[in-house]
Amino acid sequence: MAMLLAVLLMSTRFVSDGYKVGDTVADFKLKNVDGTSISLAGRKDVKGYIIAFTCNTCPVAKAYESRIVALNEQFAPKGYPVLAIQSNDSQRSPGDSYSAMQQRARAKSYPFPYLHDESQAVAKAFGATNTPHMFVVKKEGNAYKVAYIGAIDNNQRDASAADKKYVEQAVAELLAGKPVTTPTARAIGCGIKWRDA
Amino acid sequence: MKTCLAFFGMWLVGSGCHPAWSQSVSVVRLAQLESLLNKTDDTLRVVNFWATWCAPCVKELPQFEAVRQKYANRKLSVLLVNLDDPSDLTTKVKPFVKKRNLRSRVVLLDEPDQNAWIEKIAPEWSGALPMTLVVNRSKHIRKFIGKAFKEGELETIINAYKPE
Repeated sequence: MAMLLAVLLMSTRFVSDGYKVGDTVADFKLKNVDGTSISLAGRKDVKGYIIAFTCNTCPVAKAYESRIVALNEQFAPKGYPVLAIQSNDSQRSPGDSYSAMQQRARAKSYPFPYLHDESQAVAKAFGATNTPHMFVVKKEGNAYKVAYIGAIDNNQRDASAADKKYVEQAVAELLAGKPVTTPTARAIGCGIKWRDA
Repeated sequence: MKTCLAFFGMWLVGSGCHPAWSQSVSVVRLAQLESLLNKTDDTLRVVNFWATWCAPCVKELPQFEAVRQKYANRKLSVLLVNLDDPSDLTTKVKPFVKKRNLRSRVVLLDEPDQNAWIEKIAPEWSGALPMTLVVNRSKHIRKFIGKAFKEGELETIINAYKPE
């Protein structure tokens, strides 16, 4: 019985590398689709960032693309702009190459940086596994602390039918100085295409 | 009624002894899936979560078919849990299963609140597809594989558990 219990406990422990809510993130420097280099510290005027691990090719990411744009429209003026990061290995997913990213950003007029995590080091540091996979970070002094990890909302197919808008709620709560009531939420998505070791 | 339920149970398991039960995709809720994962018999279950829109999932489906055939005489069953939108059952999922001639048992999980059910199925899972569980509750076997298999990897894992 004790053994069974131990196994059950082991199996229910949440095992994940990367940041947890409350962790301070290490800054990074990634190449944007316009050729410039972007880091978190690059903007002094923000209260935080809505970091979106996304890509060109995943059907779920595509379904959420306009919602990521909408999040930026809603929250960039309030101090929480979107930073989109693409981490898929372009060998395994040619549709996610740097030039394909540039085309996508241009075609869809992305109003936010679309960064190429070519080495996949940033996705690994964050513990991003999906596209889309969201991390809301809040600026505290010179540090950025993770306030939310997970899905955008609870309806992939139809934004208007989503009754839990996790990211929107989290950022609104941060802006109001309130604790984030739902700091993590999961959703089915595409696995990040890791480079073959 | 009892016979009917027992029969339904066998059908839900869709084990290797019913290779002819093909081309049908039934819709299940979380409770049905959980009871299947928690069965306390001696069958090793390979449970793969996939969707027709997930390219790496589609690519590795033949591996599950191959394993099901190879271990047909052992106590091993393959279950393919489809996560397409339930409204795509007849337009996408069923035609896909037919076209690919999938003989493993396929169920479509109809649970709208992903945040709630993902954690119940696998607390270590973020929701990224594909994902596979190799389970046998009575033998305390529970292996979580949160990505696509490399060639031969699935068999290595199965062999480590020595299905009877």
